[in-house]
Amino acid sequence: MNLIYLDNNATTKVDDAVLSAMMPYFSEQYGNASSIYEFARSASRAVQNARGQMKDFFNAENEKDIIFTSGGSESANLAIRGVLNMNKNKRHIITSKVEHPCVLNLYNQLEKEGYRVDYIGVNSNGELDLEELNEKVNFDTALVSIMFANNETGIIYPIQKVVEIVKSKNKETKVFVDGVQAAGKINIDVQELGVDLLGVSGHKFHAPKGIGALYVNPKTLITPLIIGGHQERGKRAGTENVPYIVGMGVAAGLAKDGLQYEATEVKRLRDKLETNLLKNIYNARLNTGVVNRVPNTTNIGFEYIEGELILLHLSDIGVCASSGSACTSGALEPSHVLRAMNVPFTSIHGSIRFSLSKYTTEKEIDYVIENMPPIIEKLIGISPYQDELAAIKKLKA
Amino acid sequence: MWDYSEKVIEHYRNPRNVGKLDDADAIGIAGSLACGDQLKIYLKIKNNIVVDAKFQTFGCGSAVASSSILTEMIIGKSLDEVKKITNKDIADQLGGLPPEKMHCSVMGYEALEDALKNYDDYVDLDDLREEPVKEKIICQCFGVTENQIWDAIKHNGLKTVEEVTNFTKAGGACGRCKDAIKDIIDTYYKKQEKEENTSLSPAQKILKISKVIETQIAAELQKDGGDITLVDIDGSKVYVKLRGKCSGCKNAMMTLKGFVENTLKEAVDKNIEVIEVE
Repeated sequence: MNLIYLDNNATTKVDDAVLSAMMPYFSEQYGNASSIYEFARSASRAVQNARGQMKDFFNAENEKDIIFTSGGSESANLAIRGVLNMNKNKRHIITSKVEHPCVLNLYNQLEKEGYRVDYIGVNSNGELDLEELNEKVNFDTALVSIMFANNETGIIYPIQKVVEIVKSKNKETKVFVDGVQAAGKINIDVQELGVDLLGVSGHKFHAPKGIGALYVNPKTLITPLIIGGHQERGKRAGTENVPYIVGMGVAAGLAKDGLQYEATEVKRLRDKLETNLLKNIYNARLNTGVVNRVPNTTNIGFEYIEGELILLHLSDIGVCASSGSACTSGALEPSHVLRAMNVPFTSIHGSIRFSLSKYTTEKEIDYVIENMPPIIEKLIGISPYQDELAAIKKLKA
Repeated sequence: MWDYSEKVIEHYRNPRNVGKLDDADAIGIAGSLACGDQLKIYLKIKNNIVVDAKFQTFGCGSAVASSSILTEMIIGKSLDEVKKITNKDIADQLGGLPPEKMHCSVMGYEALEDALKNYDDYVDLDDLREEPVKEKIICQCFGVTENQIWDAIKHNGLKTVEEVTNFTKAGGACGRCKDAIKDIIDTYYKKQEKEENTSLSPAQKILKISKVIETQIAAELQKDGGDITLVDIDGSKVYVKLRGKCSGCKNAMMTLKGFVENTLKEAVDKNIEVIEVE
């Protein structure tokens, strides 16, 4: 049985080119990038080179705008806490209801610390309520943070418009964008977007886990989260993780070059998978509107059957995906993203997210299209909601 | 990924007795769509024996496995035997469940209980348990009643709010009922302790008194440089030798005696009287 990995929003395979670029910095070029002797110079140059690659990846103005971190969560924590610490007189934050837990849980914590946080809602298509955003920005708003693309649904949020709205209401308010799920899937141009801070995580675009980056524009001041040495211009202490930084730099270059492939081929395969599952399985339902989405993601609800049970059966035939059901995470509540979109419970608990990558083949997609309907058919047989299922079947026929 | 036992995996892959019994004598339901799992169980009963059982489950792997094994456990059993089955028995039969998944076994138990309640000849389980009916809803998010929490504590020896959440889901969403759950846990153990104490034999009582003195009282007194020695026990009279930090100060010694007496009254028997000996 071959492995069919369709969970690339969770993590991705490290690209061979990335891995081989990293290897010398474990074995031969193990110097500390901050040391002054000749031997360490190649490590230092490699970090500098990677910083340039990240600058290009973000289309930032300057290499100095890039801070290397350990990943998406650290980037978000550094950005959010960093901005708030620099604007102690402001106590208001705006975010969305559909952010990643690494951001949402931080805001819950900040509420306990005395900040007021407004959570902007989305409509049933998953689109952000920009009017609500416009109403909420005020003189006390220190930070607005909206994700670029949603990890569960793949929906892309109109960051450029968000920035326009925020800045027109309060020029001093900073905008942080969690760009983790956009990186490698769509183009990120921080200048065009006009954002103040934007974070990414390497392992979502074929670099290894444990490395990330935060873009901070020159007009935005932040305090460090990790205090210690002078690395990253005092914004992030700790010896530079040279091999991983090198790896992410290479991955960023490959990702930028691969955007066209994502937008065409990956999208074609995603659409093929989506169309066929919706067509061939009567209780399948698209959990998002046909709105602007990243090309690799689809979120389909299989009504009246439960997501974990589907995943376990998919796993038995070698297919990896994920679910917004309550049971898969150990949390007892189902996906906050799908609930914010008012997706019915019948569909949330049976929601399956497939996320493709450049390594996904047509053969793999065909395999899922062929082998998923019998699994769903079997699980429908176990469901206590036979009458409701029969009604859907009739409706669809 | 969950660490499911071989048995759980086997049962969700090949669930037994799936479906509906059109001529069922009793049907039981537990859980709801909103909560993410629901179990329907159908029983065919003849001469007080469960002759057939089927189930339909909306839920995760462990929910299907719990339902499947439950039907296997009850087919061919007498109603008296079936009534004795608890969620723990279901989990044990499956070779255990991950802590966060214990509520699946509880759902099996509840569906079975519901089916038996709906069966004509059936005597209310609550009467058998000799415990008051507590249908008050504690967890609004998941609709968990006081009775369900009480049962989960009783059958599984749960001690913390987190454990109760794993077994019943109560407190797993907004968390507003966590205080109430804590109260139920405290009430349960206080009640249990009282029951234990009223049925203590004289020998058990002596052991318990000396244990409380040793573990609770002496430790507390020693913190302040004092100490206590148990001299004798005669019915409810407990003779002790006390040494306080300020031995000789009468007031301090009175306080000390009061502390010892109250602790023993609370933990063992409210009739206890502490008598100090020189």
